[in-house]
Parts: sequence; C-alpha cells; structure tokens
Amino acid sequence: MHDIVVYIQSYLDPNVKLTPGAAGNWFWATVYILLVFVGLSIAVIAMNWLERKILAHMQVRLGPMRVGPHGLLQPIADALKLLLKEDIMPAEADKLVFWVAPFIVVLAAFTVFVVVPFGPTHAITDMNIGVLFMLGVSSLAVLGIVTAGWASNSHYPLIGALRSSAQMVSYEVAMGLAVVSVILMTSLHGIGLYGVGGPSVADTGTLSMIGIVQAQLEQQEWFIFKFFPLGLIGFFIFAVAMVAETNRAPFDLPEAESELTAGFHTEYSGFRWSLFFLAEYSAMIAVSSIAVTLWLGGWLRPFPNALAGTGWDFFFSLFPGITFLFLGGLCFFSASRMPKHAFFRTQTIGLAGFGATLALIGVVLFFPGVRERVGDIFWFSAKVAAFMYLYIWYRGTFPRYRFDQLMRVGWKVLLPTGFALLILTALLGFVEPPVAAWLRGVL
Amino acid sequence: MNPPVATPFFFYLLSATVLIGGVLVITRKNAVHCALALITALLAQAGLYLMLYAPFVAGVQIILYAGGIMVLFLFVIMLISIERSQKERQFNKQWLIGIAVAAALGGLLIAVYTKGKSLFPEGHLTYAEAGNTQGIADLLYGQYSGTYMFAFEIASLLLLVAIIGAVVMAKKRI
Repeated sequence: MHDIVVYIQSYLDPNVKLTPGAAGNWFWATVYILLVFVGLSIAVIAMNWLERKILAHMQVRLGPMRVGPHGLLQPIADALKLLLKEDIMPAEADKLVFWVAPFIVVLAAFTVFVVVPFGPTHAITDMNIGVLFMLGVSSLAVLGIVTAGWASNSHYPLIGALRSSAQMVSYEVAMGLAVVSVILMTSLHGIGLYGVGGPSVADTGTLSMIGIVQAQLEQQEWFIFKFFPLGLIGFFIFAVAMVAETNRAPFDLPEAESELTAGFHTEYSGFRWSLFFLAEYSAMIAVSSIAVTLWLGGWLRPFPNALAGTGWDFFFSLFPGITFLFLGGLCFFSASRMPKHAFFRTQTIGLAGFGATLALIGVVLFFPGVRERVGDIFWFSAKVAAFMYLYIWYRGTFPRYRFDQLMRVGWKVLLPTGFALLILTALLGFVEPPVAAWLRGVL
Repeated sequence: MNPPVATPFFFYLLSATVLIGGVLVITRKNAVHCALALITALLAQAGLYLMLYAPFVAGVQIILYAGGIMVLFLFVIMLISIERSQKERQFNKQWLIGIAVAAALGGLLIAVYTKGKSLFPEGHLTYAEAGNTQGIADLLYGQYSGTYMFAFEIASLLLLVAIIGAVVMAKKRI
C-alpha cells in the first residue's frame, strides 16, 4: 500500500517535468486518459449545443429553447433519445463490417488525443513522432467511413463513402506539406528573413508535439508569423485542408443532406449513429489542436517573452477564473431576464444554479495552486475553442462546394502552393545574414 | 519500478495478429474483408516496429500503408460487384507445387531458427527511441554517415516512373 502511495506521489514531485507517459507512471497516465476522455465528451456536448445556438442566431432564429433554460439540456435529451432508439441494421448489410465501422472511427478520433499537448506536462504522453502519429491515426478514420458506407449496402452511403475517401486522401497531401514546412521551421533558428535572434545554422528539428511548442517558445514567435508570409500561408493551407478532412461545411459533400440524405451514415441509427457524431466532433477538436500546436503556440499564453515577469504571469493567470466568472455572470443575467411567470420558475432556478456552478469553478480557478497549473490548459483550450467557433461560422456562411471544385482546390491550388511553401521555407531558413539584410531592404 | 512495455507478451500478441490477418487475407472470399484483414495485419506490424524502438518507421507504416494505400485499395474494391467475385473459384488446384514451395519455405524457416546465431552477426540497437527520426535522417542525408541517400533517391525515382506510367496507360491523349 505504502509503495503505491509513494509511486503515485513520485510524479507529483515538482522536479518531474515530464508527461506521465514519458515518466512511465501508469497511475497518472490512466488519470490523464480519463480526464481527457471526460473533457472531450463534455466538449462534444457543449459543441453540440453551441453549434445549434450559434447557427440559429446567425440565421435569426432562436434555436433550441424548450428543454431546459435556453435549451441547455437539449444535448442530454438528444443523447438519451439516441440511446433509447431502435438500433436498425439493414437486412442486406454486411453484419460484421457494419458493426465494426463506427468503432474504427471512434477509436481513431480518440486515440489521437494521446499526444495532444495541453501543457508542457499536461499531455498523456510525448512521442518522438507526435505529429506523424496524429496525422497517421486520424487518417485511419477514413477507413471507418469507407467501410461504413460500403457495409450499408445502399446507394447513398456508398456514394458518400466514395466522396469522403477521395476528399480525405486528396486533402491529406496538402495538409502533410503544410505540416512538413512547420517541422522544417522547428530546426531553422536562423536569422532568415524576419527571424528574431539565434544563429543562422540549422539545428535538429523535432516531430514531438511538445517539442514543436517549445521550439516556438525558444524562437520567440508563433510559427504562423515565422518567415512572414510563409507561416501564414502554411497555416491557411492547413486551415482549409482540416475542414475538408473533417467533412464539414463547406466541404461536407460526403454527407450533403440535400443530395445524399446523410451520406455514409444514412443507414445508421441510435447508438451507432451517435458514435459517428462523437467521432466527427472529436476529430474536429483533434485537427484544431494540431493547428493550434503547430502554428498558434499551443499552450503558450500571449506574449510569453515580450511580457515576461511575475507581474505579467500573475495577470495572465487570472484569465481562466475571469472567463468562468463571466460565463456565470452571463447565466445570472439571463436568469434575471427570464419571464416572471410561474411556469418558468424551475428553468430560472436551474439557470441560476448553473451560473452559480460556473462562478464557483471560476473562484476555485483563482486559488494560487490551481491558478498556476491550469493556465496552459486554459490557453490551449481557448485557442481550440476559437477554431470550433470558426467551424460553426463556416457552416453558417459558406455555400457547399461542387465536387469538381473541391478537387480543383485540393489538387490545383493547395498542393502546388504547399510545394512552393516547402521549398521557400527551406530556402529562407538558410539565407545568410547579409543577404537577409539586403532582402529586407528590398522588400 | 516501471516494467518495460516491449515484453514478449506483446510480441506474441502482435505476431499472432499479423499471422491471423495474413491468413484471413488469403482465405476470405469477400475482397473487402480481405482488405480489412490486411489493414489489421499492417497495423500489428506497425506495433512490431514500435517494439523494435523504431517509432518513425511505425508512424510511416500507419500513414502510408494503413491510411493511404489501403484506403485506395478499398476505394477500388468497393466498386467491384461482390456477387460475381463470390462465385469465382478462389484457389487453383496447384496443390502439389504449393506443398513443395511450403516445404521449402518451412525448411528455410527451421534452418534460420536453428542456425540463426551463427548465420547473422549479432547486432545492437544503435538509436534509442528518443532519437529515432533524427537517426534515420542522419543515415539518409548525414554529411558523413549518409550512406543510403543514393538508394533512397533511386527508390523515389522508381515510384515516379510508376506514377507517370500509370498516367500514360490510363490516358490516351495527354
């Protein structure tokens, strides 16, 4: 018993600057896995509600309003409905493959989070091949989609699956090129064109997710700003490709509801369908976290070098608590505006209670011990949340692409740009200081 | 305190998965099932690479084979009518030659297993897990140790030829 306690406490030693996976601590690795799993489920539920609300408000509707105050309990009601629904398997379907396909998609979507760095130590593990692992495992999701479409033995799902696999394979190439340019940047400390400091010799780069963020900290700039505008272009390629990878609007041809009913998951219902839903949203979070890690400085707070010092550290560490207090205040404000009829009393009390819970979390986040530990997780999540909002925004604004347009964008625009980007990144990294000074003068 | 992950248990588990997957690829009638079995085998093989402390090779195995090539395989297979392939004869009747080849390969396996120590020089792991990717890059492009660059580039040229060949054969007018 004592050994176990010592084992558990050994990781809590402040000298341990490793992720639980890298430290080889089984207990904390399991805890982190559970935390990530629970956090992800909550994020998917929140995302479900937010997407409907934000889309509705963009289209001048109210969205869900009936179940709970402002429809807050709607996702839970939906989840219950899905669990209780009859699970239909088409008579002519390939039983085994039909059964296994949702699990492939969910496994691929969740396994990716093993390497997502929520902070320098807040990741399940750190791999030498972090980015490769994320890209590889998330590319396995397409297998589940293809098999789901095929196993349904129906026309719409098959067409959806074919579209999906063609789309995902095409955009993966451009995505990979953008990622490779970032990996090059981790090794190029050089003066380059717009680089800040550092010798102009290339060092060894890294593929590890934590290593990439640390490289951005060392080079004192997010990679989106490195070699301007190259980092920005790479980020743009990735931002377009990641929407196509996750089959979201405006690239949602595989599940275009006006053409294919629901695409590859037309024949799925109940629990199996909810697995696809879960996988889609966690895949969105996963690719957003790749983008955040590679270009937007991962867990780093804004200006970690320019605004360094304990004062600024204290200032930025207040943000998580303030955010939750603000959300709680918003709930109280809404509760005060609820109709004063007896019919709405339960909802008003519920909303106030929800606000109180959020405010309580906010207060807890102000405690010094908590404050210092959650800062990196907060900034990472905030950046990912911005991407999630973008996803909803795209869906609310862009019309759907035609399939030939989609392929043209993938192969004829993004791919050549990606190649040019890669070559230019490699070139700029080795520009000698005098040449760089001259180039800066010319530009 | 921390038991190593690369235990014999995992080796046997992964090897068994590879073997079962391989057998299923041959014996299943439905081509899609074959492809899924092949994917399982390839993924287990990636696990074996991980056990050899070669995470980069494992990652490339997953991205290229399981995620890339097999998706295209499935893409093509899905469009083939299953009813026809179900009726076709799966094995030809060349069992005499088959047994001969199997016996020869089995003999080779036994020979390697029994005399392996004297046949192959004993090797040691050069690169630890932490530097595997960098190690491979060093072997390919390193200033002094990059001995495999030529072979690597030639292999990529071969792939390019295959791609151009496919385009030439598929398109009448280019």
